[in-house]
Amino acid sequence: MTSVTLMRRIRARPSIVFEALTKPDGIAEWWGPDAGPVLLAETDVRIGGRFRVRFRMVDGTEHESSGEYLEIAEPKRLVMSWQWTSGGESDEGAEVSRIEIDLKPIDTGTEITLTHARLRTEVSRASHERGWAGALDKLVRHFAAEHAG
Amino acid sequence: MVNYTDRQLDRTFAALVDGTRRAILARLEREDGASVSELAKPFAIKLPAVMKHLDVLCDAGLITRTKAGRTVTVRLRPEPMREAMDWLRRYERFWSKSLDRLAVFAESKESEARKKRR
Repeated sequence: MTSVTLMRRIRARPSIVFEALTKPDGIAEWWGPDAGPVLLAETDVRIGGRFRVRFRMVDGTEHESSGEYLEIAEPKRLVMSWQWTSGGESDEGAEVSRIEIDLKPIDTGTEITLTHARLRTEVSRASHERGWAGALDKLVRHFAAEHAG
Repeated sequence: MVNYTDRQLDRTFAALVDGTRRAILARLEREDGASVSELAKPFAIKLPAVMKHLDVLCDAGLITRTKAGRTVTVRLRPEPMREAMDWLRRYERFWSKSLDRLAVFAESKESEARKKRR
C-alpha cells in the first residue's frame, strides 16, 4: 500500500472548495475520520508555509497532524507534506507522507481527487519494527482479494 | 489514529511473524476447514510443535478449533485480519470521511453564495 486515492464530485465551484480546504474555519468543519471535533486549525497558505490541525475522535483520543505547503495553484491544485505530531513535536519515527489535491471544474461543480502518497515507508517501517518483513501486507492483501467478491 | 485497536493488532501481528503460522492461515483461507493432522502434513515439524502454533493463532483469535469425536477441525476467523486490513486502510477511511464532510460544507457555502447573488 503505497498510496490512497479518493475522488468525489462536489456541487460547489472550485474556488469554494479550495477555500474550504485551506481556511481554518473551513477545515474545522470537515477534517477528521469521524464526527469528533477539530480543536485547532492553523494554516499559512504559501509555499513553505505550514498547516497544523488537531482533532478529537469520538473515542476521546486526540490527534494532530502538520505539514508544509509544497505547491499552491488556487483553485486547481494543492500539495502538502503530512506528518502525525503530538504536542507540537513530531512523533518519534513518524514518516513524512505527501498529500496531492486536484480540483477539476465540472458541470455540476468540482471533481476533487486526493492522493495520500508515500505511505509505504511508514507501513514498511512498522512492518520491520514488528518483524513481519512485509509478509503481513501480502497475506492481508491476499485475504482481502479473496473476500472482496 | 495511531492507537487504533492497538492490543488486538499487536496480537495479530505477533501471530503473523512466524512463517509456519502464515502458511497455516494461507491454507485455511483456501480451504473451509482442515484437521490438525492435515495441517501438520506439509511441515517438517512434529505435531506438538504444530499444536503450539495453533495455540498462538487461537489466542490471537485468528482461528477456531471445533472438536467432533477425535477430529479437531481448524477454521479461519477473519475478524482480526479485517482489523489489520482496516489499520492499513486507516488513511483511506480518514480521507473518505473527511471528504464526505468537505462536500457537505462546500455545498452549503455554494448555496449561500448563490443566495447572496440574487
